[in-house]
Amino acid sequence: MARRVLHSRVVGALTYPHGIDRYVEIVSPLLLERDVTARITAVRCQTPRSVTITLRPNENLRGIRAGQFVAVGVQVNGVLLTRPYSPAGSERRAASELELTVSTHPDGRLSRHLREHARAGGTVRLSQAQGEFVMPDRRPERVLLISGGSGITPVMAMLRTLCEEGHRGPVGFLNYARSADLALYGPELDRLAQANPALRVRRGYTRGPSALSGRFCREHLDAVCGAGWEGETFVCGPPSLVGAVTAVLAEGCLPPPVVETFTSPPRAPAVDPQGATGKIRFARSDRAAPNSGLVLLEQAEDAGLQPDHGCRMGICNTCSSRKVSGTVRNLLTGECSSSPDQDIRLCVSVPVGDVVLDL
Amino acid sequence: MPPHTFALSPAQLERFGEELDAIRAQVVADLGQEDVDYINRVIAVQRGLEVAGRGLLFFGFLAPAWVGGTAALSFSKILDNMEIGHNVMHGQYDWTGDKRLSGKEFEWDTACPADQWRHSHNYMHHTYTNIVGKDRDIGYGVLRMSEDEPWRPYYLGNLAWAALLALFFQYGVALHDLESERIVAGEVAIRERRGMLGQIWGKVKAQLLKDYILFPVLSGPSFPFVLAGNVAANLTRNLWAFTIIFCGHFPDGTEQFTEQETQDETRGEWYYRQLLGSANLTGGPLFHILAGNLSFQIEHHLFPDLPAHRYAQIARQVQEITERYGLAYNTGPLHRQFGSVVRKIARLSLPATRGPATPEQAALAPRSAGRAAA
Repeated sequence: MARRVLHSRVVGALTYPHGIDRYVEIVSPLLLERDVTARITAVRCQTPRSVTITLRPNENLRGIRAGQFVAVGVQVNGVLLTRPYSPAGSERRAASELELTVSTHPDGRLSRHLREHARAGGTVRLSQAQGEFVMPDRRPERVLLISGGSGITPVMAMLRTLCEEGHRGPVGFLNYARSADLALYGPELDRLAQANPALRVRRGYTRGPSALSGRFCREHLDAVCGAGWEGETFVCGPPSLVGAVTAVLAEGCLPPPVVETFTSPPRAPAVDPQGATGKIRFARSDRAAPNSGLVLLEQAEDAGLQPDHGCRMGICNTCSSRKVSGTVRNLLTGECSSSPDQDIRLCVSVPVGDVVLDL
Repeated sequence: MPPHTFALSPAQLERFGEELDAIRAQVVADLGQEDVDYINRVIAVQRGLEVAGRGLLFFGFLAPAWVGGTAALSFSKILDNMEIGHNVMHGQYDWTGDKRLSGKEFEWDTACPADQWRHSHNYMHHTYTNIVGKDRDIGYGVLRMSEDEPWRPYYLGNLAWAALLALFFQYGVALHDLESERIVAGEVAIRERRGMLGQIWGKVKAQLLKDYILFPVLSGPSFPFVLAGNVAANLTRNLWAFTIIFCGHFPDGTEQFTEQETQDETRGEWYYRQLLGSANLTGGPLFHILAGNLSFQIEHHLFPDLPAHRYAQIARQVQEITERYGLAYNTGPLHRQFGSVVRKIARLSLPATRGPATPEQAALAPRSAGRAAA
C-alpha cells in the first residue's frame, strides 16, 4: 500500500523531474521503485580464493531460475563496477535470499573488493536475472551437473533446487577444482550425497591427488553416472571443459549438453598489435586514433572517451553503440559485422581496418 | 586596468597547453570515492532542504515557517541547478559508471529541458566560448554584450532587458537553444523548431504544475503561502543564477574573439581562449558551493568535465602557470565583478563612441597583433 502511494502519478508529479526514488534512496536504497538492490546479510570465506555472500534482494527482483546470472554492481573507489555472477542458491528461495560465491582473481577489482570489504549490512545493486542456462520446467529424470572452478555456482543452484523439490531420479555432480582446498561447497556436497542416495558426487583436482585423474574423459563420465547412463547434462566452466564434455557425449551418442562457458574478459589484444591496421574515428566527439588492436571500448577509453559500459564481457549490452561504418569482429561469436549503422557491443568488438563509431 | 594580454608564440602556446593537460591528468588520476561521496552528500543535502522547505511552507501562515521554508527551497533549487545539475550534466561524474550521475541522463529542477541544455551549453557555449556570433551566451540573443555587435535602437533597453532576463532567467535559459532571435529575424522557420518547443512546453508545464498548482492545492488553507513561497524560491534562484553566470564571461578584462581568429585552433590556443574569456569570483567555501563552483569559471572552462569541487584545489596551479606566461587571471569579489558587468550592459546600450578605446578594445589589440605574427 505504502509502495502504491509512493509510486503513484501524483507523487511522480510532486517529485518531478527526479522521481520519488531519488528521494527515497537517501533514506534507504532498498525502497527504490524500479532498481533492484540487495542488502548483504552474511559473508563467509569457503576457500582462500573466494568469498560467499548472502543477499536479501528488495521486492523489485522478479525471481531467478537456477542457473541464471545477475549483474552485480558495487562501488569500488567511486566507480560502479558491474560483473555477472550466478547465484548458487535454490531458485525456490531466490525472492528472499541469494547466495553469491565469488572467486577472486589477482587482477579482478570487483572480486577482490568483495573478498576484502564485503560486510553484512552493506548494499549492492543487481540486475534482473538473465541467461538461458536453466533446467526445463518439467525436470528431466536423470540429470548430470558438471562444473569447473567457479562454474560450480549455477549448477549448485540447480542441485539445491532439485534437492528442495524432492527430485527422485538419479543426479550426478562432477566438479573440477585445482586442489581440494580450493574446491567450493565440499562439505555441503558430502552432506547432500549422504542424505540423497540418488545423488552421486565426484570431484577431480587438476593439480593435486584425486580419485579422478586428469581432465574430463569417458571414465569420469562413467564414474559419476555409471555405464549406460542417458540423461540431461548441464555443464558450466572454461571452454576446455565444455569442449571435452561436448565431445565425449557426442562420441557416446548421448544428447548434447546445455552449456554455459566462462571466459575471461577480453583484455589482451585480440589481434596482434602489429597486425592491427586502419584508424578508429569517434564521430560525435570528433576524435580519431590509429587502431591498436584492442577492443573498441578500450580504444575509446584510450582516446579519452567514457562510453557507457557494464560487464566488459559482452553480456549486459550497456556499451552497445552505433557503428557508422567499417568492419568489426565480435570476439565472443567470431562474427564480422560489415553493414553500416549497426549497434555493436564495444567491449567485445575489435576493429578490422577503418571503423567510424557514433561516440 | 593592468596590461594583461601578451601574445604567445606557437611553441609557447603548445607548452602552455601541455602544462594544463598535466594538471588535468593529475586530477583524473586522483578521482575516487571522495568525489562520489562529495556529490552524494550535496545531493542528500539538496533533497533534505527541498523536503524541509516544502514541509515548512505548509505552515506558511506562520511568518517564521514561511521565511524558513522559502529559504530552504531557494537553497534547494540553487544547489539542484548549479552544483548538482550543471556539473553532473557536464559529465563530471560519468567516470563513476553510476546512471544517477550520468551526464547524458540527468534532469534538473528548472524550466530548461536537460537535453537542450546539453546542446546549447556543453557543446555550443563550451566549444565556442566568447566567439562573437557563435557563442549565444553572449547576451542570450536579447542583450548587446559585445562592441562587435552592431548597435540598434532596441539596445537602448539593454539594462531593462537584462533585468527582465534576470527575473525570468529559468525561462530565458529554457528558450536558449531555440535561438528565438533567429526565428524573430526570419532566419529560421518556427515549424523547424516545433519539436523543441514541444519539449520545452512539456518541461515548463510539469514545473508549473508542481510548484504552482499541486503543492499549493495539497496544502489546503496554506494555498497562498505555499504559492508565494514557491514563486519566491524560483525568483531567488533566477536572480542568483543570473548574477553568477553573468560574472563568468562579462566582467572587465574578459575578452571576446572572432570566428576568423579562432579558426584551426590548436589545443593550446583553445585553452588560451578559455582562460582569457573567463573570470573568477573570490569567496568562501559555502559561496563556491552555492555558485556551483562557477566562481572558478576559469578552471571550469579549461576542464569542464572535471568534478567542480576540485577546481579550488587546482586554481593556485592554474594561476601560477598563467602568471608565468604573462597571461591575465581575472578574479575578484562578486560585487566588483558584477558591478563591472552592470556597467558594461549600460555602456553597450549606447552606440560605440569613437575616440579612446574601451578597456576591451585596448586589451584586444596586442593579442590580435601577436596572433597575426604567429
